[in-house]
Amino acid sequence: MTVNSHANSSTDEQIVMAHGGGGESTRRLLAEHVFPKLRNELLDPLTDSAVLNVPPGRICLTTDAFVVQPLEFPGGDIGTLAVCGTVNDLAVMGATPKALSLALIIEQGLPLTTLDRIVDSIAAAARQAGVVIATGDTKVVEHGRGDGMTITTAGIGIMRDDVQIAADRIQPGDVVIVTGRIAEHGLAVMSAREHLAFDSELTSDVAPLGGLIERLCSDGGDIKFMRDPTRSGLAGVLADLAETTGLTIEIDEDVIPISPTAWHAAELLGIDPLTVANEGKCVVVVSAEDAERALAACRRHPLGKRAAIIGRVFHRDPALVELITRAGGRRIIQRPYGEELPRIC
Amino acid sequence: MEICGTHTVSLLRSGVKSLLGDVLRLISGPGCPVCVTSQGYIDAACELAARQEVTICTYGDMVRVPGSHGSLEQLKARGADVMVIYCPRDAVHYAAARSDRKVVFLAIGFETTAPATAAAIIEAERMGLENFHVLTAHKLVIPAVSALLSGGDVAIDGLLCPGHVSTVIGADAYRPVVDKWKMPCVIAGFEPLNMLVGIAELVEQAVTGRADVANVYGVAVSPAGNRVAQGLLSRVFAPAPAVWRAIGTIDDSGLELRPQYARFDARAELDVQIGPDHEPPGCMCGQVIQGKVAPSACSLFATACTPVKPVGPCMVSSEGTCAAWYKYGSSITKAQVGPQ
Amino acid sequence: MCLAVPGKIVGISRDPDDEVTGMIGTVDFQGSRLDVSLAMTPEVTVGNWVLVHAGFALTVLDEQAARETWQYIESADLGQMPKELRDLSAGAAEQD
Repeated sequence: MTVNSHANSSTDEQIVMAHGGGGESTRRLLAEHVFPKLRNELLDPLTDSAVLNVPPGRICLTTDAFVVQPLEFPGGDIGTLAVCGTVNDLAVMGATPKALSLALIIEQGLPLTTLDRIVDSIAAAARQAGVVIATGDTKVVEHGRGDGMTITTAGIGIMRDDVQIAADRIQPGDVVIVTGRIAEHGLAVMSAREHLAFDSELTSDVAPLGGLIERLCSDGGDIKFMRDPTRSGLAGVLADLAETTGLTIEIDEDVIPISPTAWHAAELLGIDPLTVANEGKCVVVVSAEDAERALAACRRHPLGKRAAIIGRVFHRDPALVELITRAGGRRIIQRPYGEELPRIC
Repeated sequence: MEICGTHTVSLLRSGVKSLLGDVLRLISGPGCPVCVTSQGYIDAACELAARQEVTICTYGDMVRVPGSHGSLEQLKARGADVMVIYCPRDAVHYAAARSDRKVVFLAIGFETTAPATAAAIIEAERMGLENFHVLTAHKLVIPAVSALLSGGDVAIDGLLCPGHVSTVIGADAYRPVVDKWKMPCVIAGFEPLNMLVGIAELVEQAVTGRADVANVYGVAVSPAGNRVAQGLLSRVFAPAPAVWRAIGTIDDSGLELRPQYARFDARAELDVQIGPDHEPPGCMCGQVIQGKVAPSACSLFATACTPVKPVGPCMVSSEGTCAAWYKYGSSITKAQVGPQ
Repeated sequence: MCLAVPGKIVGISRDPDDEVTGMIGTVDFQGSRLDVSLAMTPEVTVGNWVLVHAGFALTVLDEQAARETWQYIESADLGQMPKELRDLSAGAAEQD
């Protein structure tokens, strides 16, 4: 059996189909470009599956898929996003993230240097988040069928037993907090897209929230509900919440944290900042009594310094999300329809 | 009546409309460039999009508008090359970079946007491009307003005039409207306070029986407007009859390419026709954009016609009256029903 | 039809061979920058504020008018000058 000639060269500059074949090419790719950066106890045996020792109690399991374009954007890349997005889905449930699985689908032709940067980002994000990549998989698809790279993950966390996160715990009178400035991730990614390219100080807020949420759960009183406002932004989370709880949420536009740069960039593109994705923020609901305490706990953490109380829960029919506008009027916030396209008109 | 779709959206989004409540009735007029685009145009755009060698460059709003056989978004999902752009120059530069593609720019919008198309065509001419084309459906505000008022169907006390169109055409452009119909015309911008100042001025005029042109957006609008932009328009375009969705043809209310720029006209160069208008059954978009009925009067509103599954352009376009109502407060905003 | 955003010209480039469409301005929107065509506003200078629509500057914003309007509104306690107009009028004040 002849070895594929591509596999012999160690100066390959691009991913080729053979890299996904499971043979020598794959082994070499992973040995040279992936494993050394992600070393940990769970991964090192390189078995078909990772074996974890888990304490008794509840395990949290999540899965996620990442298809961001462009792959690299101000403030991060698809690798950072994959780790943080997965970790955050666990953290907002009140679970301590432990380990991730990572499946890479790479398009033939992706420069190896790009892969290297992304794997570096994965390693760095995992370290920052305090998690390990326990197991993984790599496939290669033909040119034109892969968008450069897509990543699928699964994540495992251990549920804290001192928190109970559930939307049905939310009561009228409860308070809604957001942990920092909104709209930065989505706008930063947009600014890097080809046909919209504009220079911006905006960088993605992508970050692992485990540390902040741990602080919040330990010191912030009784945390009733958390969610990270990713796709569909703040509007999406709040609209979902109103629908799930059957309660009205009233939000004050004046106090929603947003940087002038983000606000103006959204204006420029004709996009509502409330619908823009965030990757390093959390929406938190607590009782009115715990509001100040929860806010203070957030603000003591670097990722929560600009946390703010943005609204309150009411029993009011119909159950809506209502925005008290800067002008002092009102309007309803709804889930955005899907792709918010840049408007000029 | 607020003529401009952006005023409709801004009034709702800022919450100002909710503050005015029942005291004032705000009727949305024909100022949404997508809403007034004939369905024949949309079908022509889709026909071009289906051609393998064509790249359609368009503003975001057009992408979801349904034609007779689907929208550009749906065609894109089936492989059509549809590109959302922010500036017409993006289309020109793309054409320059890709001589293998036939680039068609969907030129819609009022006088705010038409000069940009004109400048893009001039740039394409200068670059000697043979693969850049424009499918025009630009519309003019004053002729449309005049036609609306001469129809005599809508009882309105004043016109809130579009601030950004007016930066181009100038405040003086409304003088004939005031003189002929004794209709107060106030030009306002889009910040909540500026819109309120404009509405206050309209109310003042209406109540005291005056009719005049008032410009509360002086920071951006001058009496004569932007002469350079007007020059670009008249160099490239000539007024022509235009089909306004469900209103019909209004003389001199649209723009056509002048003969010396005919080679940029997608219709002739790419052999595509703009067919007759036909409204989907049950759709009341035409009446909505004339300000004759409120969205809530349409039996399809929020039932068969929603932003996720729109029937007519008034729901698709972010500026469409129906989309604005649906999104920002149809249940809070008191129904603004037109004349019974 | 009317989504235009105010920004400040921080740089201008001209193509000597292209009088009509060769003038491009770099416009700052409080931390984001975009190159826009100045084909409709050939009279601008660096430091001017312009209204930008579809990648074109539509008009130069009149700083004097902005300042007067908002000073009136603030004095009548009808509201607070929007930040960008405050910056605009601050710019005008510097020039006085």
